[in-house]
Amino acid sequence: MSINQKIVNDFVKNKIKFVTTVPCKQLAGVIDEIEASKDIYHIPSNKEDEGMGLCAGAYMGGKRSAIIMQNTAIGVTINTLVTLIQYYNIPLPMLISYRGEIGEPVACQVEMAVHTKALLDQLNIPTYHFHTKSDADELDAILNHSFMAKKPVAILTDASFWQGA
Amino acid sequence: MIRSDVLKTLIPIISDQLVVSNIGLPSQELHLLDDQPTNFYMLGTMGLSSSIGLGLALAQKAKVIAIDGDGSVLTNFGTLPTIANNPADNFILLIIDNGSYGSTGDQPTYAGMKTSLAKVAEACGCDNVVECSAEDTAAAVKAALDGDKMTIIVSKCESGNIKVPVIDMDAPVIRHRFMTEVSRRNA
Repeated sequence: MSINQKIVNDFVKNKIKFVTTVPCKQLAGVIDEIEASKDIYHIPSNKEDEGMGLCAGAYMGGKRSAIIMQNTAIGVTINTLVTLIQYYNIPLPMLISYRGEIGEPVACQVEMAVHTKALLDQLNIPTYHFHTKSDADELDAILNHSFMAKKPVAILTDASFWQGA
Repeated sequence: MIRSDVLKTLIPIISDQLVVSNIGLPSQELHLLDDQPTNFYMLGTMGLSSSIGLGLALAQKAKVIAIDGDGSVLTNFGTLPTIANNPADNFILLIIDNGSYGSTGDQPTYAGMKTSLAKVAEACGCDNVVECSAEDTAAAVKAALDGDKMTIIVSKCESGNIKVPVIDMDAPVIRHRFMTEVSRRNA
């Protein structure tokens, strides 16, 4: 089973039925798997805060939701994370491409990478860093944790993780 | 007619419907006029009423009315292509377009100048876009509820606000009350 299939299987196992995505090269395979899944409604969004609004609405409609996005967007989603997702106790797994880590070819991406964990820490968002393939073994439990706690969780997936996967 | 007058005319029509209401005065006015468990009040997060409404409509069967403002649609313009390309026939987006940022002191928006939100919605691919006067808004919403097609209504009204208290209900309480009602309607 490919890592992309494993991720989507864990989504389905946790009854996630609504996924919004903003693309990233590292996430292309998993986005394809989401699109192909018959168990998941895939709705691409134009901006990550818009996507979080869609997810909040779907959750209130009875469908567990998740967002797939790049870490470069964490800055623009802070207000939404704080005043919608956290304020209303809405669970939201965020599968995040951690651009700018070791193996990154584009120097500019490093500028956001150096702030990524500090921002998530400041927001008190439980954060998990997938660096090697076996780190993904915990994904099922992490998703379950997000819905149990009704909190957003961040799953940072770096270049080494995707290269080794 | 200003926004609160439009909302007043809507109450008999939307009172029993699932409503997602925009941040600031629109939510406060709706809460004052007709607090219902079917109302989801946004206490923060400008711009996302239409996105929350679409997500909700796509996830379940009951009709959903998202009340938005021109300023909020301008701040989340990407919502219109998403709505157009993911049609939910149980979804009505009502944009109360008073040409101003009402909650922050009535600063003018571009929608009150050269930009037509109805034309933008059409250009984004939305199929049923209705622009109407403040006076005709209740009839337009009624027609949209009676139809089974996703509809975008742009209600052109005057700028101005009434004095309303803030909502002191806790956000998780608003959400829980709303979700209980959503689930009852989908049982």
